[in-house]
Amino acid sequence: MCPKEFVSRRAFLRYLLKGGVLALFGAAFYPVARYLAPPRLSEVTVSSVVAAKVGELATNTARIFRFGNRPAILVNTPYGDLRAFSAVCTHLNCTVQYNEEASGIWCACHNGKFDLNGQVVSGPPPRPLEAYQVHVRGDEIVVSKS
Amino acid sequence: MTCRRRFGWYLGFGCVVWMTAASAAEPPPNSCLECHHAMEEQTRGPATLFLESDVHGQRGLSCADCHGGDPTSSDPMVAMDPSQGFLGKPTIAETPQFCARCHADPAYMRKYNPNLPTDQYAKYLTSQHGKRLGQGEADVAVCTSCHGVHGIRSKKDPLSPVFPTNIPGTCASCHTDAELMDRHGLPVNQHWEYSQSVHGQALLFRGDRAAPHCASCHGSHEAARPGAIAVGNVCAQCHALTRDLFAASPHKAAHESLGLPECEVCHGNHLIRKPTDEMLGVGPDAVCIGCHEPGSAGYASAQQMREAVERVKAQIAGAEATVKQAGRLGMDVSEAEFELREAETKLTQTRAYVHAFSPSALQPIAEEGQRHARAAEEHGVAAIHEFHFRREGLWITLAVLGLLIAGLLLWIRDLERSDAARPPTPPSPPASP
Amino acid sequence: MRLQDRLAAFFRARYQLGGLIEFTSHKTVPLHRHTIWYYWGGATLLLIGVQIASGLLLLLYYRPSAETAFESVRFLMTRVEFGWLVRSVHAWAANLAIFSAMVHLASTFFLKAYRPPRELTWVSGVCLLFLLMGFGFTGYLLPWNTLAFFATKVGTEIAGVVPYVGPLTQTLLRGGSDVGDLTLTRFFWLHIAVLPVGLLALMGLHLFMIQLQGMSKPLSVKDERSIPFFPNFFLRDLLVWVIVLGVILGLAVYWPATLGDKADPFAPTPVGIQPEWYFLWMFQTLKLIPGHLFGIEGELIAVASTTAAAGLLVLVPWLDQPARRGRSHWMVWAAGVLAMAYVIGTTGYAVWTSAHP
Repeated sequence: MCPKEFVSRRAFLRYLLKGGVLALFGAAFYPVARYLAPPRLSEVTVSSVVAAKVGELATNTARIFRFGNRPAILVNTPYGDLRAFSAVCTHLNCTVQYNEEASGIWCACHNGKFDLNGQVVSGPPPRPLEAYQVHVRGDEIVVSKS
Repeated sequence: MTCRRRFGWYLGFGCVVWMTAASAAEPPPNSCLECHHAMEEQTRGPATLFLESDVHGQRGLSCADCHGGDPTSSDPMVAMDPSQGFLGKPTIAETPQFCARCHADPAYMRKYNPNLPTDQYAKYLTSQHGKRLGQGEADVAVCTSCHGVHGIRSKKDPLSPVFPTNIPGTCASCHTDAELMDRHGLPVNQHWEYSQSVHGQALLFRGDRAAPHCASCHGSHEAARPGAIAVGNVCAQCHALTRDLFAASPHKAAHESLGLPECEVCHGNHLIRKPTDEMLGVGPDAVCIGCHEPGSAGYASAQQMREAVERVKAQIAGAEATVKQAGRLGMDVSEAEFELREAETKLTQTRAYVHAFSPSALQPIAEEGQRHARAAEEHGVAAIHEFHFRREGLWITLAVLGLLIAGLLLWIRDLERSDAARPPTPPSPPASP
Repeated sequence: MRLQDRLAAFFRARYQLGGLIEFTSHKTVPLHRHTIWYYWGGATLLLIGVQIASGLLLLLYYRPSAETAFESVRFLMTRVEFGWLVRSVHAWAANLAIFSAMVHLASTFFLKAYRPPRELTWVSGVCLLFLLMGFGFTGYLLPWNTLAFFATKVGTEIAGVVPYVGPLTQTLLRGGSDVGDLTLTRFFWLHIAVLPVGLLALMGLHLFMIQLQGMSKPLSVKDERSIPFFPNFFLRDLLVWVIVLGVILGLAVYWPATLGDKADPFAPTPVGIQPEWYFLWMFQTLKLIPGHLFGIEGELIAVASTTAAAGLLVLVPWLDQPARRGRSHWMVWAAGVLAMAYVIGTTGYAVWTSAHP
């Protein structure tokens, strides 16, 4: 039998080390486990983004999607071709929307109207909407900055 | 009479000398230019200017097409014979008619510029300028006052006095002349006011050619004051939505019955500044209290609308500060910024819907703006939380590592103490020789 | 019987581990005032381990093509939980690995540990440092941001000035005449397949030789004291590892890796393009050498002298003849100090010029 004081000192040391190693594994395991878990949100990119799937967008409709931290609009024109523009109105930065009746892009804030080339038709917007490039890759519609 | 004849002889003599010198004259001979070029500055000026920059010259027209006469003759007496159709210099009063010979003739104009309207003269006659000219006032603007004389450029030419960015200055060349305007009972401060206005700043200082200039509201050839009720229609050329909201609002009938000039009542005319939120409500700078007395329904509505706007603004300001702080901490805030943009959109829309002059039209939009701002705020708060989580996580991990270090140090000490307690063993043979 | 004893018995019954255990239990590490330099190799080993672990994790989200590389890294940094940490750890541990390998090299040089019979340990160590720099060069491009793109463009440009083999090397590295999609694929291939295989093989050899021959004792040390490698020195190594781990984490959290903007091949080269700090001295040498010297192109001289320096470094064990006979000569020491002063000086100069354009 060893002296009691010596045993408790050794035992304490052992617990300290075991606890430390365990805690270290825990500290390493937690982030790695969270890292491996599939992320909640789908991919968001700045210079190109998947705006929609092919066939998702009927003719003469449009959808607003996020392009970086700005909104953009993808239009399926009545003639069936896809076009994309910045959805930020050039007048006072409101988000524009699609007007199915007029087949045009429309800003609700001050009734600015744009045609399907992004050009100003009427209202206060001073400049046309910035146009983006649209590519169909597989079944994805990819919009990128030209 | 003698004087003029002698002058003619001199001219003729000069021409002969000049023509001998430049014997190889290219067809078609144009004695007007040839002679006027050879003369002293004052008479040479028009010819030089015409050759350099005049749109008529560029389209193949020549002196005689306006002034008449026979450019094929080198004899000044023949070339400038009034009986042969030489018109000379028109007076101010004659000028509109002078230009209209061609510019009001669609068949003739089609040959040169099919796009150009031919109703300028007809419109001019309806303008204040044209009317006063008709009443015999000779100090009014005619074609040449704005377009220039021999150096007439296309209105698409940035150097033209009627190019959009040059129009305010062109109008001002007469409309700031106090003596002249005094004769017609007109003020002279419009140009100064306009250049201070949001439109003038955009056009004159930012070079934004989409901004309206004098003619955008007053018309160009038909220049006149819009009537009180027409003001709304003039502004609606660009500000269509606000105009539509106004037309459907209770203000429309009120303005009509009182003969008030719609938009102008609150926003002014030449000195239209960027509208502020202070114009709305019942504060000291509010325009509403000009008509609506405390206790009235309009007064309450104004107050409610302002409050709705202020609520969105406060929510956005709070969210913005949070998002900015998160961004400064190096966190990704693109999603929050997106929501902030949407909130700003709704704020702008809220401000536009003030023109419906009904709190119920404006409040749903304002609430939507507040929702977006709240979402941005939540994103920002989450990002800041994440930042602190990272730092705290680090320090907890470092504490664990510190624990391990302490344990290892103690173990090593313990080990070497017990080693030292044992009798020293002979060192193992070193591996290196 | 306890589990660990039973496990030990299991292996002992099947494998002849007795000799190995015997060997480890007798292995000692010299104890003297320079012992501290023995830890740098171990620290480098840990850092390489961290690189392998974090690199494996990064592969889970990284997509190697010009179109997706930047986006996938951005996604990793912003959307994947702890993605920022994994990438920051990888970036910091890479720099620390090269730094600690350099310190390890310098200490080995000045303590003359390359003396016979350890010449090959030195050679393998120098090659390992070159491999680590290769990792740094190829890994830098992978996020496909503006800075990396142009640094790679300049870096591969330099390879092209070498006569005869230069243009071929450049084309092979770039996978074409210019830096583009194919370059990224090639660098990715080098970074995660070719270089790791070489690194693991060479590292195994390096460690094996060290274990076989033990630590070298500097010429000046007459002290005969030593401590057992296991567990005394091993525990000290562990202690260093825990400290290094803490340093990496602290750096990664307080100065996380940045991403910048996506590379645009058609954009003009931005001002102040610089390679990673461990290439700065070469970069600065290139800038200091005039365009033409004695009728030879300046770039060529810089490349040639850098290659010569690398060759000399590999051959140090044979160049230092006095050390082979157990004596230390002041000229070797002076050469080492001069080389170190040059590298530190030019690196500092490059940093200073970028801060004061």
